[in-house]
Amino acid sequence: MRRTTTFAALLSVSVLALGACSSSDSDGGDKASDNTSASASASADVCKDADGDGPKIGLAYDVGGRGDQSFNDSAYAGVAKAVDELDATCLEGEAQDAEPESAREDRLRQMADAGANAVVGVGFAYSDAINAVAPDYPDVNFGVVDGFDPDDKPNDNVAYFSFAANEASFLVGVAAAEKTASKQVGFVGGVHNDLIKGFEAGFTAGVKAVDPSIKVDVAYIEESDLSGFNDPAGGKTAAAGEFDKGADVVYHASGASGSGIFDAAVEAGDGNWAIGVDSDQYLTATADQQPHILTSALKRVDVATFDFIKSVADGSPKTSYVTYDLKNDGVGYSTSGGFVDDIKADIDGYADKIKSGEIKVPTAP
Amino acid sequence: MNSLKRVGFALLAPVIAVLIAVLATSVVIAASGSDSSAGDFWSVILSKPDNRLLVNILNQTTMIYLAAVAAAIGFRMGLFNIGVEGQYLLASYTAATFAGAALLPGALNIMATLVIAMAVGAIWAGIAGILRTTRGVSEVISTIMLNSIALILVGYLLDRYGLHGGNQVRTKDLPESSQLAGWLPFERPDGPIWTLGLLAVAVGVGFWVLLNKTRFGFDLRATGLSQTAAVASGIKVDRMVLISMLLSGAVAGLIWMPAYFGSAHTYGTTFQAGLGFTGIAVALLGRNQPVGMVFGAVLFAFLSTQSNTLTFQTDISPSIVQITQGVAVLAVVIAYELVRRYRIRLEQRTVARARTAPVQEVTA
Repeated sequence: MRRTTTFAALLSVSVLALGACSSSDSDGGDKASDNTSASASASADVCKDADGDGPKIGLAYDVGGRGDQSFNDSAYAGVAKAVDELDATCLEGEAQDAEPESAREDRLRQMADAGANAVVGVGFAYSDAINAVAPDYPDVNFGVVDGFDPDDKPNDNVAYFSFAANEASFLVGVAAAEKTASKQVGFVGGVHNDLIKGFEAGFTAGVKAVDPSIKVDVAYIEESDLSGFNDPAGGKTAAAGEFDKGADVVYHASGASGSGIFDAAVEAGDGNWAIGVDSDQYLTATADQQPHILTSALKRVDVATFDFIKSVADGSPKTSYVTYDLKNDGVGYSTSGGFVDDIKADIDGYADKIKSGEIKVPTAP
Repeated sequence: MNSLKRVGFALLAPVIAVLIAVLATSVVIAASGSDSSAGDFWSVILSKPDNRLLVNILNQTTMIYLAAVAAAIGFRMGLFNIGVEGQYLLASYTAATFAGAALLPGALNIMATLVIAMAVGAIWAGIAGILRTTRGVSEVISTIMLNSIALILVGYLLDRYGLHGGNQVRTKDLPESSQLAGWLPFERPDGPIWTLGLLAVAVGVGFWVLLNKTRFGFDLRATGLSQTAAVASGIKVDRMVLISMLLSGAVAGLIWMPAYFGSAHTYGTTFQAGLGFTGIAVALLGRNQPVGMVFGAVLFAFLSTQSNTLTFQTDISPSIVQITQGVAVLAVVIAYELVRRYRIRLEQRTVARARTAPVQEVTA
């Protein structure tokens, strides 16, 4: 009995401690100094010093939080721009792994109670919470990135930003197909859900459009658990497996797990590439990762966030579904590093065909 | 030893543990070099919760308590059921699928769903029990593996048979006639206290009765304390192992039911994972005692719920409360051991004095 207890205590403490570690790894701004959770939001933060008289923004991050160098950071960039150009002020809150739904709702309510008039939930996991909270705050405008209305009662103070991530994925698929020497490429998704399947479908279609004989390996870090977006070690394992099997370009759609995919590319050695997602990840990668980041599929969460805040500031808030695709530059690909300069014309050619409707990019594999 | 002293000793260890946890958290905050001090942290955590947070704390407490009882049933027997997480995950999914199909009307649907949740939890735990009794597989290993299998299985089934909408997949919504929102203590936006939180009360009382008033409970405790002695006195250990795994799993199956019938009404992104592990920690904190675990559950629910405010009022990440929780669990185990040794020494001294005292009287 006593031995069981001691063993159990050690195990549960390590579970708690690892939980704390994994959240702190992701929310520290700079990699060198984020060993303690408390330093999480300590680094340069526009929200702390902003004191304008523009709109007051509430930004509720998804799991991973600010510092994921991907999805959440992109939303933050939009807010930073709003602080800069619209004299906005802001409040931030971050989701914890395995938190109850009530915690998400409470986070949004605290923002609305604190006077925020433009509240953005970063990630589809906020869809239900915003649906529950929005009717209680008719004067506050809400936006959900990748969101949707879970019931059939429309909310007139909620905007749902949807992105044609499959189109951006198609373009980086083209880049991967033109760069692969082994005629084999890989995809790593964070969680096997409908959202990420769209990335996979677009990427595969892009690869096959260039050369149908190229093989695409597909791996997901988690089947349904959202922790797959915050698991660099799991991402590294998945990507290393694909490199080992012969792929030489791996595209990831796994949020903060992406740093693991980049590390796997570094370890696979010269001539092996990784493709980033959401933000231009070349810019935030470490020096040894940079030579391996071919391009990034951009999902302009920053544009959507900024547009939404601006619409609130202008007095004509966006509501209902707002789509961002190639046509309105809501998605795209990055060229930092100059690794795709030689094939840029080809990629842009495909982009034009998508814009004109000549190519229809699938949304599900 | 008189009863007052006994209560004092029982409280000593948890009090020491909480103090150590407070101290350790403060040190970590100070060492992290954040702009906010440990004082800011405690003033936010210890501030009076808003009405809506009070409701959340109570609702979370009921679910954490159920998880703790599920873990404690195993612990009392000397079994380490780490599989509570997988058991309630699979049970919650199955229950939500069944309830959403609305095969039965209103209250009947609720009761059938609860039975199914318990059955699924029990079966999943039973697999580990059977492996242990027939093949000698350690339940620690098998339950960890069953957790992963449950996670993948639910992901697969949900993807295959769930309703896809937006970027999400969920089970069919629970019909309104079977919803059990609960009692509204404050305004509507503050949310209700879930009706099925009463399950926690029922399970807690049931656990106490089982342990203290039944033959089975006696056998359970006896086996937990010494398996060899139990075998010698005629207790069938294999049968006990299997039954306690089944019971543990059945309680685990109920963990998420208050939230499901109270507010979620579907299994999807609103599912709360991780309660199984929280339950293990709370069972340890409460020494596997029905009453002790109530305090542990309240403490964990309180800390987690209050931590949400941290990001708004301080520069401290909410994850820090996981350090508080972790240190409390570790400290309580150590503190109990220290208190136990101290008590034995004290008892030995008392006995020694009692034996020498009459002699002194005679000589005087």
